[in-house]
Amino acid sequence: MKYETQKVALPFFMVAMALFTLQVVFGLLAATVYAWPNFMAEVMPFHIMRVSHTNLLIVWLLIGFMGCTYYLMPEEAEREIHSPNLAYLQLAIFAFAGAAALVGYQFGIHEGREFLEQPFWVKVLITISFLMFLFNTSMTLLKGRKTAINMVLMLGLWLAAVFWLFAFYNPTNLAVDKLYWWWVVHLWVEGVWELIMASLLGYLLIKMTGVDREVIEKWLYIIVGLALFSGLLGTGHHYYWIGAPSYWQPLSSVFSTLEVAPFFAMVVFAFTMFWKGSRNHPNKAAMLWALGCPTIAFFGAGVWGFMHTLSFINYYTHGTQVTAAHGHLAFYGAYVMLILGVITYAMPQIRRVQPYNQVLNMWGFWIMTSGMCFMTFTLTFAGVVQTHLQRVLGMNYMEVQMQLELFYIMRLGSGIAVAVGAGMLLYAFFGPVREQVPAGGTQITAGAGSV
Amino acid sequence: MADGLTKSAARNIFYGGSLFFFLVFAGLTAHTHWYMVNVSTDSAGLTESVKHGKEVWEKNMCINCHSIMGEGAYFAPELGNVWERYGGHENPEAARAGINAWIRAQPLGVEGRRQMPAYDFSDEEMSSLIDFLEWTDGIDDQNWPPHPAG
Repeated sequence: MKYETQKVALPFFMVAMALFTLQVVFGLLAATVYAWPNFMAEVMPFHIMRVSHTNLLIVWLLIGFMGCTYYLMPEEAEREIHSPNLAYLQLAIFAFAGAAALVGYQFGIHEGREFLEQPFWVKVLITISFLMFLFNTSMTLLKGRKTAINMVLMLGLWLAAVFWLFAFYNPTNLAVDKLYWWWVVHLWVEGVWELIMASLLGYLLIKMTGVDREVIEKWLYIIVGLALFSGLLGTGHHYYWIGAPSYWQPLSSVFSTLEVAPFFAMVVFAFTMFWKGSRNHPNKAAMLWALGCPTIAFFGAGVWGFMHTLSFINYYTHGTQVTAAHGHLAFYGAYVMLILGVITYAMPQIRRVQPYNQVLNMWGFWIMTSGMCFMTFTLTFAGVVQTHLQRVLGMNYMEVQMQLELFYIMRLGSGIAVAVGAGMLLYAFFGPVREQVPAGGTQITAGAGSV
Repeated sequence: MADGLTKSAARNIFYGGSLFFFLVFAGLTAHTHWYMVNVSTDSAGLTESVKHGKEVWEKNMCINCHSIMGEGAYFAPELGNVWERYGGHENPEAARAGINAWIRAQPLGVEGRRQMPAYDFSDEEMSSLIDFLEWTDGIDDQNWPPHPAG
């Protein structure tokens, strides 16, 4: 850690991981209801678990992005954070807003649009906190060195804030409501968040592989270009069946197919830099995350997205468990793994120790990732069966769901594996420092031994 | 990779191309907005009651179990076409009574079956909610879903 204020990231990472833990807990509860429908039916109905699960994800990812940005910005801008106190204050506001929303949900206090359920005043607090964050980091950037990494990152964060404003617009016409709702939801996760993802990944690769910045930054522009060229018009894959004109079907079938391209480019990017790199970075676990993140994002967001994005396929699969399968692996690969990777990279430096607990961290990686993949497979099978029975044969929804019970039980099992992996990972992050695994073990080695 | 391409060229392509695609997307969104208001939805039929029904829908967060036009939680049946499923096209009064009775009957308390909570809607709220569902069923959504089962 070259700059003292990089430690501002630590409380962000801690809050993010606390909320991540809660997200997993609510996910397990909801998965249990799928397997045993009467579970907690009176105490906490399913919709409360579900809104808690999704909102916790969104809030912790945003706090995680903030922490990553505070960690990265001093090194990239070559100066200390503009105001650490402002950072702590905006974290307090954001965490309070998120916690208030979560508690409110348990008592039925909420708005009613999916993912945007936060009460109005919570949305306002989130906006204020995010603007404080943007001010703080932008001031740091403006006075410091401008690189492709921090420029693309800040562009992604600013655009995320701009598109968030559509959350305040709720037209009475349901079709128009959906039209602009996607300006938040899609333009975040399949648009500007990819800028955040690619730049953070680029940062990790520069640090860990030692490949020349010029090369990495050129890749970065190409990747984010592909992301927005495909992702903007790709939004239309959500406009097929909501009362929009039919031209979205051919148009967005093409453009959302191209949405696979930036994710594929990120895989090639990460592995090429890994093999080209001359630096044998001691933090093997962070390298594993930096390679795993684009790989799982490619499958979850890219392949699983493509699987049901063509309009003539989506006509049958839209709103089935296929969507749930895609959603889980895409978020996990693209954003969860990204932030966990940055935390894995940053924590030893923030705690001023050598990379530690690496083996435990990597166990966490494999168990969690395997669990998420298995969960995705079970939901995909459930979705295919559901599509056939309900959308082709026209069977009644609830009868179809009874047929899917086995898949839901297996999904619960994979969720437990994810929770175990997450627990190991958190212990590796925050638990007592154990001795280093000596070099020369069965670790992946970056570049040094390769040609 | 693309040795001829410099970093600054890549940057310019990114900024220029993104702006171009954003403008195309914004233009098509504007047209879609116009199309929804004037062609695919019944703007004249968007009464105060339908608006209120949407508020009831949101206030009770129905979206976190049900889906509407394929978007939602997938835990409970699709409601974008529930009006059609209850035979509203042929017999609106029967559909209205049927949906009303079904919601009022919750929770069913059937062991091993997903359970919808009880909602203590006033008659006016219930009527508005059903108006909203009827209005939603009338949206021209390219014939989705493929089957009335939703």
